Amino acid sequence: MMRRWMVAAVAVSLVLTACGREVGGDDPAAGDDTGSEDTTDDGEDGAASGVSCEVDEIDGDLLLYNWSEYMNPELIDLFEETYDVSVTEDFYTSNEALLAQIRAGGADFDVIVPSDYMVEIMIDEGILLELDQDAIPNSANVDELFATPPYDPDLAFSMPYQWGTTGIGLDLEAIGDDDPAASWAWLFDPDVAGALPGPVSILDDPREGMAAALYWLGYDPNTTDEGELEEAADVIAQARDWTATYTSDQYSELLLTGETVAGHGYSGNFIDNFFGADDPDRYTYIIPEEGATIWTDNMAILQGASSPCTAHTFINFILDAENGAELTNWTYYASPNAAASEFIDEEITGDPTIYPSEEVEANLFFLENTGEAEILFTDLFTRAQG
Amino acid sequence: MSILDTGAPGAAAVAEDSVARPRRTVDRLLAGNAWIVFAFLYLPILVLVVYSFNDNNRVGIWTEASLRWYGEMFGNARVMDALRTSILVAVLSTAVSTVLGTAAALSLERFRYKGQRAFDGLLYLPVIIPDITMAVMLLLFFVQAFDIILVLTGVGLSRGLGTITLAHIAFNISFVALVVRARLSGLDSSLEEAAADLYATRWQAFRRVTLPLIAPGVAGGALLALTLSLDDVVIAEFVSGAGSTTLPVYVFGALRRGVTPLINAVSVLMLAGSILLVLASLAISRRRSGEA
Repeated sequence: MMRRWMVAAVAVSLVLTACGREVGGDDPAAGDDTGSEDTTDDGEDGAASGVSCEVDEIDGDLLLYNWSEYMNPELIDLFEETYDVSVTEDFYTSNEALLAQIRAGGADFDVIVPSDYMVEIMIDEGILLELDQDAIPNSANVDELFATPPYDPDLAFSMPYQWGTTGIGLDLEAIGDDDPAASWAWLFDPDVAGALPGPVSILDDPREGMAAALYWLGYDPNTTDEGELEEAADVIAQARDWTATYTSDQYSELLLTGETVAGHGYSGNFIDNFFGADDPDRYTYIIPEEGATIWTDNMAILQGASSPCTAHTFINFILDAENGAELTNWTYYASPNAAASEFIDEEITGDPTIYPSEEVEANLFFLENTGEAEILFTDLFTRAQG
Repeated sequence: MSILDTGAPGAAAVAEDSVARPRRTVDRLLAGNAWIVFAFLYLPILVLVVYSFNDNNRVGIWTEASLRWYGEMFGNARVMDALRTSILVAVLSTAVSTVLGTAAALSLERFRYKGQRAFDGLLYLPVIIPDITMAVMLLLFFVQAFDIILVLTGVGLSRGLGTITLAHIAFNISFVALVVRARLSGLDSSLEEAAADLYATRWQAFRRVTLPLIAPGVAGGALLALTLSLDDVVIAEFVSGAGSTTLPVYVFGALRRGVTPLINAVSVLMLAGSILLVLASLAISRRRSGEA
């Protein structure tokens, strides 16, 4: 269901682009009486000039467009008090809906929080404002793991907000193993997954689904080699016998209600759900040693934002060590803010499912844009699902 | 929903007949089917209500009864903001679309004019168009319209509560017109002619004769409009702007973090609101018919 309408949203975005409207047109009437440049280009191919802001400069109220339940309300209060501005929070339901809305133009938001792959798409489309690095001194706090992500290599347009991994959630009681091996075998090995007392679920996402199989085979998740991709599709097709469903939003529920005994999914959702379970110790999340996907959500400023300097100040505010820690202490998602670590609850930093060890961290991969091969991923994954 | 009855002539006689105990097998099957349909409709709602009083962090796992999630709901400023936005949009769009929809139904039913067929067909288009298509059309429309307004008047408008309300009015008119028309078609137009014979002006005839007779249809249309407005995710998200997140959009977005019984509590609150509205409209229409 969800998937179908995401596809529809993407299609819609394409239609909107086809309508040839320029995104990020600077709306003179909406322009504030700011000290910042009013000469922002109508960036057409991502090469737009940015704005120049002072550190802590405020040029109007902030409109924040974020995921629901993803921002500590106390941080918003603190920001409003500290800088004497008002923050309006709005919420979206998917990266695709966010893109469609912004592409149409006339979206008023200042700061948005798209996921990694969406940042790349948005940069290509010239939707994002190039950041004035001088106005975000706290960018020095960003962990080196996130300093050069493939979707925005110089962090020129985005700053990481929160991050996590894609791995496997396990029902320890059902699998009868208190210390399960960190391996994709739980999903793909006929001798392991095939022998489980219940079925498993796999993410209904061509890139994530194929990546899981590619890691299991020992290949690069961003490979464009047709042979390797075919092999991965075979692995997924073979797993059909013990795969209950392909889902991107129900995997935690299925696991907690006993419908599945292992599920492929995102760390944040699993961990959120495990914390809330009756017996949290019954479930665990593993990051497979063969390799796993790392993902980020990122703060970015829209072209044509009416308060671009307030937006910079806000990003700088979130990247502050203590504020970054407050955010993670509230969301239970890992912080890309290296300086924040010491202020984050030990319960969180000590949890290897949220903060993996360095060896595991070294084996995490961003899913990169494979260009033409994206269609191959989709085709093969769809065929493998049967 | 009895208020959606078309009230065709002879409906009373049919109703009386069917009150009689089912005798034949077919009747029994039909009666049984009615119960199954009721169960199908209301059991999920019952589960939803019961689990809203669940103390557990998860929706599907029962621990013990508590009002915990109701407390969390009223304590969550973002949820309450979204709820307020939703209710405001729903009430405004319902009021406007009920008036316009009723007027459209009247014009289609009472008059014959050129292009009526086309208007008729076009009016019902929003009922069959998928939400996502409607959302894109409206989004594009607002973007273009605001551009033109900016060029012509220099006034820069932006999307927000106003655009969501307009969008909801746009699709609700069709639903209201559909329901009101069903009621109108069963109405004898000679009643209005009789009123005219008695020197009632057009307005008086409408106000004292037609409107009271079609009131159940109008009320039904209004309730449908209200429900559809409170329900809508896709259109509301597409045409929204700063400060206008509606409750369904918020809830949908929260799925990413997992579903908590907070969603049940919010749904029960809205359900209670709609039941109150239905009861109120039933009470009003009953009092009306008592007077008549």
